[in-house]
Amino acid sequence: MSMVKAKAHGSHLFLPLSVLALLIVINLIKGADYFSMSLINGALYGNIPNILFGASELVILAVGMTLVTASSRGQDISVGVAAAITSAVFVRVLQNTGDITWLTIAASFLASCVVGIVIGAFNGSLVSIFRVQPMVATLILFTAGRSIAFMIDGKLSPVLANDLTGQIGGVIPGVPIQTPIILTVLFIAFIAVLLKTTNLKLYSESVGINEKAARLNGIDPTKIKFLTYMILGVCSAVAGFIAVTKAGRHDSVNLLKFVEMDAILAVAIGGNALSGGKFSIAGSIIGAYTIEVLSRTLLRLEVGTETIKAFKAVFIIILMVVASPVVRESATKTLRWVQAKSNRGIVLETGASDAAAVSRADATEVSRADTPAEKEL
Amino acid sequence: MGSLNAAKPKDALSNSNLLFLIAVVIFVLMYGFAILRYPGSFLQFQTFFDLFNLNAPLIIITLGISIVMIGGGIDISVGAVTGLVTMCCAVMLESEMGSVGGALLLALGIGIAFGLLQGYLISYLEIQPFIITLAGMFLANGLLTTIHKDPLNVTLSGFVVLRDFEIVIPWLGTHNRLGNFIPLEIKPGAVVVWVLVIILVILMKWSRFGRNLYAVGGNSQSALMLGINVRKTKFHSYLLSGFLSGIAGFVYIMTTGAGNVGNASGFEMKAIAASIIGGTMLTGGVGNLFGSPVGSLILLTINELIRAAGVNSNYQAIVSGLLLYIFIVLQSVVVWLRGRGKFSLVLPSWLRLGRKEVEDQG
Repeated sequence: MSMVKAKAHGSHLFLPLSVLALLIVINLIKGADYFSMSLINGALYGNIPNILFGASELVILAVGMTLVTASSRGQDISVGVAAAITSAVFVRVLQNTGDITWLTIAASFLASCVVGIVIGAFNGSLVSIFRVQPMVATLILFTAGRSIAFMIDGKLSPVLANDLTGQIGGVIPGVPIQTPIILTVLFIAFIAVLLKTTNLKLYSESVGINEKAARLNGIDPTKIKFLTYMILGVCSAVAGFIAVTKAGRHDSVNLLKFVEMDAILAVAIGGNALSGGKFSIAGSIIGAYTIEVLSRTLLRLEVGTETIKAFKAVFIIILMVVASPVVRESATKTLRWVQAKSNRGIVLETGASDAAAVSRADATEVSRADTPAEKEL
Repeated sequence: MGSLNAAKPKDALSNSNLLFLIAVVIFVLMYGFAILRYPGSFLQFQTFFDLFNLNAPLIIITLGISIVMIGGGIDISVGAVTGLVTMCCAVMLESEMGSVGGALLLALGIGIAFGLLQGYLISYLEIQPFIITLAGMFLANGLLTTIHKDPLNVTLSGFVVLRDFEIVIPWLGTHNRLGNFIPLEIKPGAVVVWVLVIILVILMKWSRFGRNLYAVGGNSQSALMLGINVRKTKFHSYLLSGFLSGIAGFVYIMTTGAGNVGNASGFEMKAIAASIIGGTMLTGGVGNLFGSPVGSLILLTINELIRAAGVNSNYQAIVSGLLLYIFIVLQSVVVWLRGRGKFSLVLPSWLRLGRKEVEDQG
C-alpha cells in the first residue's frame, strides 16, 4: 500500500519534471555549453542563473496562486495588477522618505506588503463572503488596477536610481548569486516552513475538495479562503518589489503584464487541478520554471519573437492533451493490457495494486465532482 | 427558463430574468442621467446608435462569451481570435486574390477552426477551458504577429465601398451647430449585431441546443442523467463562440478598414465584464442573451459619460471597475436572498408576482 501511495505522489510531479528534462535535452542538443556559468564582476551568470533570475516573480506568484486555487476552486487574475499597485506604493513611500537606506527600503516594503494584504482582503471578501466566482471578483481589480497604480505614481514611471535598490534587483557586492534568486529561495523556504508547521495545507485542501464537509468538520471555509487571498496579496507585494527593483523604474502599464496568465499556467503545468482541492507547491514552482525555460529555449532556438507565442501555445496544448484525464485513462488501459499480455499469471500483485490505485482515483474523482445543485434556485 | 424553475408557476421570475431586469433598469437610469447632464450629445439619436456602430465587434464577442458562460465554461481567446481575423482579412484583401466574399469566408473559417479545436479539446478531452482558451489566445496572438506586424490599410475598392456604406434614415437626425440637418447613419455592423441578437436569443430560448446548454451549465451531472449529450452541447457552445469571434473580426475590419496588431486586444476581459453586468453568471446556467448587449451598452455608456465629463481617462477604468463591483455584489446579494426565500422583503409589491409559493414556505 505504501508503494502505491508513493507512486501516486510521484506521478503528480512526473509530467512537469519530464517536460523540464525534455526542454533541457533540447537545449543541450542545440549547444553543449548549456550549463556553463561564468563569474562576471563577482556574480554567476549563465543560462541556469538567468532562468532562476528571470522566473523569480513568476515562481512567487505561482506559489500564492496554488493556495488560492486549492481553497477557492478558482484563480486570481489580478495578481499582476496587484503587484503593480504594491510596487507603486513601495516606490512612492521610498521616495517620500528622503534618504534611502536599508531601513527605509524595509519600511517601504512592509508598507507595500500591507497594501498587498488589503488587496487580498478585498478580493478575498468578495470570494468568501459574497461567494463570487474568483475570476469575476478579481476582474474588478484587473479592470481598474493599472489606473490606480498610475494615480499612485503621480507621474509617468518614476525612476529608482540608487545603489541599494539596484543591488536588490541585481547583485550585492561579495555575494556570487543575484539577489532576486536569493529572495525567491528565502520566500519558498518561508512558505515551506509555513505549510509544514501549520494546518494551512490540510485546511485549504479540504475546503477546496468539499466546502460543506469542511464546515461540518469544524473548518471555517470563509476564513480559510480569506487567508489564502491575503497570502496571495503578500506574494504579489513581494513579486512587485522584485520586479520594480529589477527594472529600476516603475512602469504602471507594463510592469508584470500578463503574468497572471503565466502564473495560472504554472499551477496547471505543475499537475494541480484548477478546480481546487489537493495541491502541490513543488509542482507549481517547477511549472513556473518550466515556462521560463520554454521561453528561453524558444529564444535560443532562434524562433522569432513574434512567433514565440504561437509556439508556446502549441506546446501548452500538447502538454495539456497528454495530461488530460481521457488520454491518461486510455494510456493506463493500454499499459495494463500490455502488462497483462506480457506477464500473465506471473505478477498478480501489480495488477492488484493498480486496481487499488484506480479505485482510489475514482473515489477522489467522485468527491471532487460534488457540485452544488442549487445554483438556479 | 432555468432548469430548476420548471415546477414553479410560469410567471415566477427566474434568476436569469431578474438579473437581466436589474441591468436594464440600471442602463435606463444611467442613460437618463446622461441625457439630463449632457443633453447636447446624449439627446441625439446618433449618439445612441454610435454605441452600436463603433462597438459592434465587442457586442458580438460578448454574445459568444455569454453563450459559453451559460454552458459553465469560459473562453478568453475571443479577443485574440478577432484580432487575428482582422489581420488575416486585411492581408487577404490586399493580396492579388482579395475579394470581399473571400475575406468573409476566411473570417468565418478562422473563427470556426478555433472553435472546433478548443471545443474538441475542452469537451471531449476534458481539459480545463481556461487553460485551453488561454493557449488559444497565445496561438492567435502569435499567428497575428507572425502574419503581419505593421498596420495594414485595406485599399481594395470593393471593400472601401463596403466600409463606407451606411444606412441613412432621413427622418431621424439632428441639426448640427451650423443648423444643417444631418440624418441618422447606421453602419452595417450595427444591423449585424441586432440580427445576431435576435437569432441567438431564439436559439437559446427555444431550440433544443439552447435548453440543453442551460441544463448543462446549471448542473452537468443532472443534465447527463437526464440523457443530454453534455459533451456535444459544450462542444457546440465553443464552436458557436469561435464562429461569433470570426463574425466580430469581419465586422471589426468592416468598421475600421485596417488590420493592426492591437486590434481587439483586451476585448476578452471587457466582454466578460459586459456579460456579467448583463446578468450572466460565470457559474453557468444563468443568463439572458438580451443582457449581453445591455451589459456592453452600460460599460460603453460609462465610457461616453466620462469622456463627456472630460476627466482624466484613468478614471474610466476605475469607474468601470467600481461599477463591476457594484453589479457583482448586487448579483450575489440578490441570489443569496432568493436562495433563502426572503426576497419578497426586498422586492416591491408590484414586482412580487408569482412569489407566493416561496412566501408560504418562508
